Amino acid sequence: MADIELRNLTKRFGDLVAVDSVDLDVEAGEVMCLLGPSGCGKTTTLRMIGGLEWATEGDIFISGKRVNDLKPAQRDIAMVFQFYALYPSLTVAENLAFPLHAEKVGEEEIEKRVARIANILELSHAMGRIPGRLSEGEKQRVAVGRAIIRNPTCFLFDEPLSRLDIALRQEMRGQIKMLLSDLNKASVIVTHDQIEALTIGDRIAVMRDGLIEQVASPHEIFASPGNIFVAGFIGTPQMNLIAGRNLKPGDGDSLGLSLCNQDIVLPLTSDIAAGAAGKSEVTVGIRPRGFDLASESAADTLSGKVDLIEPMGAETLVHLTTDAEELRVVTDHRAAPAFGAAVHIRPRAGQIHLFDENGLRIGA
Amino acid sequence: MARRREIGKAGWRRTAVMAVISFIYFFPVLWIILTAFKSHTDALATPPKFLFTPTLENFVGVFSRTYQRGGEAIDTKFDLFFFNSIFIAGTSVLIALIIGTLAAYAFSRWPLKGNDLYMFIILTTRMLPPIIVIIPIFLMFRVTGLSGSYVGIILLYTAFNLPFTIWMMKSFFDEIPTEVEDAARVDGSSETKIFFKICLPQVKAGIAATAVFGLILTWNEYLFALLLTGIDTRTVPVAMASTIGGDIGVRWGLLAAIETLFLIPVVLVTFLLQNQLLRGVTFGTIKR
Repeated sequence: MADIELRNLTKRFGDLVAVDSVDLDVEAGEVMCLLGPSGCGKTTTLRMIGGLEWATEGDIFISGKRVNDLKPAQRDIAMVFQFYALYPSLTVAENLAFPLHAEKVGEEEIEKRVARIANILELSHAMGRIPGRLSEGEKQRVAVGRAIIRNPTCFLFDEPLSRLDIALRQEMRGQIKMLLSDLNKASVIVTHDQIEALTIGDRIAVMRDGLIEQVASPHEIFASPGNIFVAGFIGTPQMNLIAGRNLKPGDGDSLGLSLCNQDIVLPLTSDIAAGAAGKSEVTVGIRPRGFDLASESAADTLSGKVDLIEPMGAETLVHLTTDAEELRVVTDHRAAPAFGAAVHIRPRAGQIHLFDENGLRIGA
Repeated sequence: MARRREIGKAGWRRTAVMAVISFIYFFPVLWIILTAFKSHTDALATPPKFLFTPTLENFVGVFSRTYQRGGEAIDTKFDLFFFNSIFIAGTSVLIALIIGTLAAYAFSRWPLKGNDLYMFIILTTRMLPPIIVIIPIFLMFRVTGLSGSYVGIILLYTAFNLPFTIWMMKSFFDEIPTEVEDAARVDGSSETKIFFKICLPQVKAGIAATAVFGLILTWNEYLFALLLTGIDTRTVPVAMASTIGGDIGVRWGLLAAIETLFLIPVVLVTFLLQNQLLRGVTFGTIKR
């Protein structure tokens, strides 16, 4: 039995369906990231788990108990908010101790736990300050500390790192990941940052328009996106999604088709090739890192003219114009072609995703 | 933290212009204070005197004076009237603040269906010119026996203060993020604790601003006080008006002395709350 179970969870605001029949299980010790663009319903889902919004339909179970009608405090959860939500008139120590007062923990025990949390989160120097006098990073740590000072069944995080600058965000990302694995509780993290989701999450639920598009491990989400939305949403630079026409199934594991008005034979895995049999049109997804530069004479290449060059350090992102769609290709910076040059690229075997007319993945 | 602006950064010329404008605005107040210290002859002198021998006779006269030439000095009961003004204004503002803050919190956090309509209806009670409702209120007070009592005038002023108290306090509550309250809910706080421990401290500045605003309005009220207070519950504005006249004409010095004394409580409260006030009036102009 999972620690958090959502069954057919739906939230409507008037005519707007913010969360649409969501089913989700979060196991004990598992970190689940809800990832999606803004307005996709991820925060509403989290707030329903936390009891801050009523579910219009569906059930929420925490440790097997239906909690729909329970107040937030009775659900055995702790939550970290996007804007930290520290109590502005209380000191750091009082902020940390606040949840314990409601639990009727003894003064001595409170002192001990506050000191321990301050130690873990390196806040000992700031215990007497009020939140207005803390740095962003300190505020964030107090917010986390106030959540972990209790011992709830599960943790809910609403965009915990979105307010930090990049350097601090990377540091806190690591700290939170370690902290979560120490705590070993069911956790739900809402984020719009895919790097955050991919690095912290044990599993990721990608949401769009109130629906869960795919739930899978970070690796699986990246390696076999379940549909075109997930394929395009996850991964930077964005995956090339190209219309493939005039499919001519080849022998066994290859597929001849027209991409960007160029005839090409793609090397596929057998199950993808089998799935594509009988179709006349598909969408081909290839990540910018899934190409090899090839010579002009090489077979089965796509060609295009360099339109834009974006250096990214060790790698260079090259935009190619073709007769049809534009292609994004990442190359080693030393091999980057010059602006205006004609470039031939060959999709690498195992890097090719096919999606059917409904946008769903073909093959495993 | 906002860095304090360097004084004089506006430049000498602008500072001088502002000083002149400020002086023009402040001059009537200054004139009243000066007149309070003048003898009757000095107060009436033409051209007006700026240099004179100050006297305290007007201030003594506020509390006890002769009404006829050669007559005996009589207690004017002005100490009572000052007490009345402070007691009535203070109590009604306090009650309005308590009720209004609770109402504003409810309007802000648990909006009803048609919340805006209710807020508008509350505001409409202040849209009627007081002179229109004075007769029905006067009659109601006569019938209920509230005329001339502290309870009556305090109730009335409370009702007058409530609409803008609710409006002002609601806007202050609207400004504070609800996320903190959600956090407190998750942390197991009761709604009562959330209101008193989390929300109220954040609108301190707003409460101060609303209180001063209400105090000044109530402090200055004349019309209702004239008709609805009795001899024992009379407030200073009414009592002041009744000192005009007498055998030596209008005693300007005496009036100025009453006004000067009348200024002190308001100035004092405003001064005590000035830090909060500044935050109150600039509330919401600076985002987190």
